Amino acid sequence: MSEEKKGFFAKLISGLSKTRSNIVSGIDSIFKGFSKIDDDFYEELEEILIMGDIGVVTTEKIIEGLKEKVKENKIKEPEECKELLINTIKEQMDIGENAYEFENQKSVILVIGVNGVGKTTSIGKLAGNLKAQGKKVVLAAADTFRAGAIKQLEEWANRAGVDIISGNEGGDPGAVIYDAVGAAKARNADVLIIDTAGRLHNKKNLMEELKKIDRILEKEYPNVYRETLIVLDGTTGQNALVQAREFMNAANITGIVLTKLDGTAKGGIAVAIQSELSIPVKYICVGEQIDDLEKFNSEQFVNALFTQE
Amino acid sequence: MAFESLSDKLQNIFKNLRSKGKLTESDVKAALKEVKMALLEADVSFKVVKQFINSVTERAVGSEVMTSLTPGQMVIKIVNEEMVSLMGSETTEISLKPSNEITVIMMMGLQGAGKTTTAAKLASKFKSKGRKPLLVGCDIYRPAAIEQLKINGEKVDVPVFEMGTKHEPVNIAKAAIEHAKSNGMNVVILDTAGRLHVDEDMMNELAKIRENIDIHQTILVVDSMTGQDAVNVASNFEEKIGIDGVILTKLDGDTRGGAALSIKSVTGKPILYVSTGEKLTDIEQFHPDRMASRILGMGDVLSLIEKAEANIDAEKAKEMEKKMRKAEFDFNDYLESMAQMKNMGGMAEILNMMPGMGAQLKGAQLPDEKALGRIEAIILSMTPKERSNPSILNPSRKYRIAKGAGVDIAEVNRLVKQFEQSKKMMKQFSGMMGGKRGGKMGRFKFPF
Ligand SMILES: Nc1nc2c(ncn2[C@@H]2O[C@H](COP(=O)(O)OP(=O)(O)O)[C@@H](O)[C@H]2O)c(=O)[nH]1
Ligand SMILES: [Mg+2]
Repeated sequence: MSEEKKGFFAKLISGLSKTRSNIVSGIDSIFKGFSKIDDDFYEELEEILIMGDIGVVTTEKIIEGLKEKVKENKIKEPEECKELLINTIKEQMDIGENAYEFENQKSVILVIGVNGVGKTTSIGKLAGNLKAQGKKVVLAAADTFRAGAIKQLEEWANRAGVDIISGNEGGDPGAVIYDAVGAAKARNADVLIIDTAGRLHNKKNLMEELKKIDRILEKEYPNVYRETLIVLDGTTGQNALVQAREFMNAANITGIVLTKLDGTAKGGIAVAIQSELSIPVKYICVGEQIDDLEKFNSEQFVNALFTQE
Repeated sequence: MAFESLSDKLQNIFKNLRSKGKLTESDVKAALKEVKMALLEADVSFKVVKQFINSVTERAVGSEVMTSLTPGQMVIKIVNEEMVSLMGSETTEISLKPSNEITVIMMMGLQGAGKTTTAAKLASKFKSKGRKPLLVGCDIYRPAAIEQLKINGEKVDVPVFEMGTKHEPVNIAKAAIEHAKSNGMNVVILDTAGRLHVDEDMMNELAKIRENIDIHQTILVVDSMTGQDAVNVASNFEEKIGIDGVILTKLDGDTRGGAALSIKSVTGKPILYVSTGEKLTDIEQFHPDRMASRILGMGDVLSLIEKAEANIDAEKAKEMEKKMRKAEFDFNDYLESMAQMKNMGGMAEILNMMPGMGAQLKGAQLPDEKALGRIEAIILSMTPKERSNPSILNPSRKYRIAKGAGVDIAEVNRLVKQFEQSKKMMKQFSGMMGGKRGGKMGRFKFPF
C-alpha cells in the first residue's frame, strides 16, 4: 500500500468509527459478549447490521450465509464467527470486475443523482484526481437549474485546474453538453465530466431529461468510452436502493460514488446495493477537500467496517 | 414499488386466522414482526422500532384484540395510534416574537440537507404573513453557497445580507442583526454551512453563534431520506446546540421517511414543516398523522376511514355491505353509492388514499367526475326493474336508455360492463377493509 493510500485508509477507518455505537464496536462486543451461538446472538447481529443501513433483506442474506458457514464448519465459539461474517459480507459485495477503464481511454463521465448528495463536489474531486494523473479534463456545468450551481462547479474547476464549459442559469442543459462535447473534441480532452441537476428519481419528466442527455452524447460524441456514475449520499437509508433502481431505468449506470462517509453513517447501503443490484461502488468520499475521494475496494471497505481506530 | 403495503400484509396474516375467532399471542407476534420489518424498511431507527414494538405488543396482546373479529384492523389501529402518539398529534407553527422585536432563526444541518433552499422558503412564508425577513449568508465554506442564497433571495424578493467568505459566521450574524435593526426588518434567518454532527470545530462554530446571539429558534433541517444515522445526527445537534424545531426536506420523493420518527422520539422536538419540492413555494405544514401512515406504508388509509365515517350514513352502509356480500348489489345501490362518493370528494382522491390500490384498479377504467354525471343520467333513465335486475338489459332496452340519457349506446354498454367490474372490485375492498361487523373500521364498506 502506498503512503498516500494508507493515509486515506486511516481516514476512512476514523471516519467509520467516530462513535462508540458504530458497527465495529457493536460487532466486537457481541463476539466477546456472547458465550454461545444462539438465536439471541443472531438477533443481536441482525440489529447491528441493520443499524449500519445494510437493510433488512441483505442483512437476512448475510445472516443466512453465516448460519450455513457456522454449521458447515461446526463452529461453537462466537469469536470464531467474526472472520466468517467478514467473508460473508465480502461475498455479498463481490460482483466481479470493478473496472476503471475510462482512465485508459478517451471518455465521458455523466454524473447523476438526487439533490444534495454531492455530485458537484465529487466531480471536483474526480477532476483533481484525473488531472493529477496527467489527464486533460473538461467539465460541463449542465446543472443549469439550481441557484449557484454553475459558480460552484467553476470554483471546483479552478481548484482542480481544469477547463469548464458553462451556460446560463435556467438555460438548456442539452445546449451546454453540446458545447462541452465540442470543446472536448477541439481541445483533445481525455475525459469530459458532466455535472447534472439533482433530480428526485420519482419525477418522470426529469428522468426523461436524462434520456435526452444520453441521446445527445450518443449522437455528438460517439466512439468515446461512456461512464455513468450515480452519486449516493452515504447517510441515506433504504431509499438509496430505490434511487439506484430508478436511475438504472433512465440511464445505463456503470458505477456508484458513495459520499459523506466521514460522519457516523456506516454506509452499509453500499453492501445492500452491490448485493441487490450488482452495481459496483467505484468511489467513496470522506470529506469536502479535493483529495477526499478514493477508488473503492470492497475488501478494504469491509475491513474498515471491522477495524478499530 | 416492490413492497406490498403493510396493511395488505397484515390482512394476509389475519385472513387465515379469522375462522378461529380468537387470536393467540403468537398470532399477534407474527403480525408485529411484519410491522417491525416495515418500520425498518422505512429507516426508522432500530432502537426506536424496538421500543415501539414493545409498547404496541403490550396493548395488542390484551383482550381487546384477541376477541375482536377484525384483528387485522385492530392491530393496524393500535399501531397507528401508538405511532401518532410518538409523532405528536398536533401541528406546530414556528414561533416568532412580536413584530416590534427581531426574531432570529438559525438553520442548521448536514451537508446537502437543503438548508439554503429551506431558508428562502421560510423567508417567503414570513413575508407573505406581513413580516420583514432578512436572509443571512453564514456559509463561508461551500463554493457558491452565498451566491445560491442571493439568487434565491432575489426570487422570493427578500433581501440577503452577506459579508463574503472572509468573516467569522458569528460576526456576520451580529452585523446582520444590526443591519436588520436599522432597516426595520424583524425576522433574521441565518443560513449556516452544512456540517457533520461529529465535526467538533464546525459544531463549536454553531455553539458560538448561539452563545453570542439571542437566537429565538434553532431549526434542524433533515433530509427525509436519511437512514439509521438520523438519531446520531439529531441527538448530537440537540446536545451541542439545542434544537427548537425540525424541518424535513425532499418529501416529494418516495421515501417512507422513518427518520422523522427517529428524530422526534430522540429529541422530542416538533417537526414544523415539510419541504416538498424545488420551487420556493414548496413548503407545507407538517401533519404527524399523515407521516405516521406514510412510514407504515399505509397511504392515507386512516384518513380515508375517518372521512368515510364522517360522510357515510352508518345504517345505509351496513345495509349496502350486506348486499355486497350476497352480491345483490344493483344499480339502485350504485346510484346511492355515487351520491356518497361525491360527499367523500370523488373517486380520484379516494383512490389516492388507498395504499396499493392505484395499481390494482388500473384496468378498471375509472370514470372521471364528468363521466359520473353521465352515468347518473343513464341509471336514471332505467326503469326501477332494470335498476334492480341489470341482467334483463337487452339491446332494445339499452337503446331506449341511451336515448333517454342522451348518450351513445356504447356508453350504456360500457357502464353495464363497468358495473360488473365494480362488483368484483367491491369484493376485494370488502375483503381488505375487513370483518363481518364490529369495530369502527368494520363499519365502512367501499361504496363503489
Ligand atoms: N462531509 C462531507 N460533505 C460532502 C461530501 N461530499 C459532498 N459534501 C457536501 O455536500 C453538500 C452538497 O454537495 P453538492 O456537491 O453541492 O451536491 P449536489 O447537489 O449533488 O451537486 C456540499 O456542502 C458539499 O460540500 C463528503 O464526502 N463529506
Ligand atoms: Mg450540484
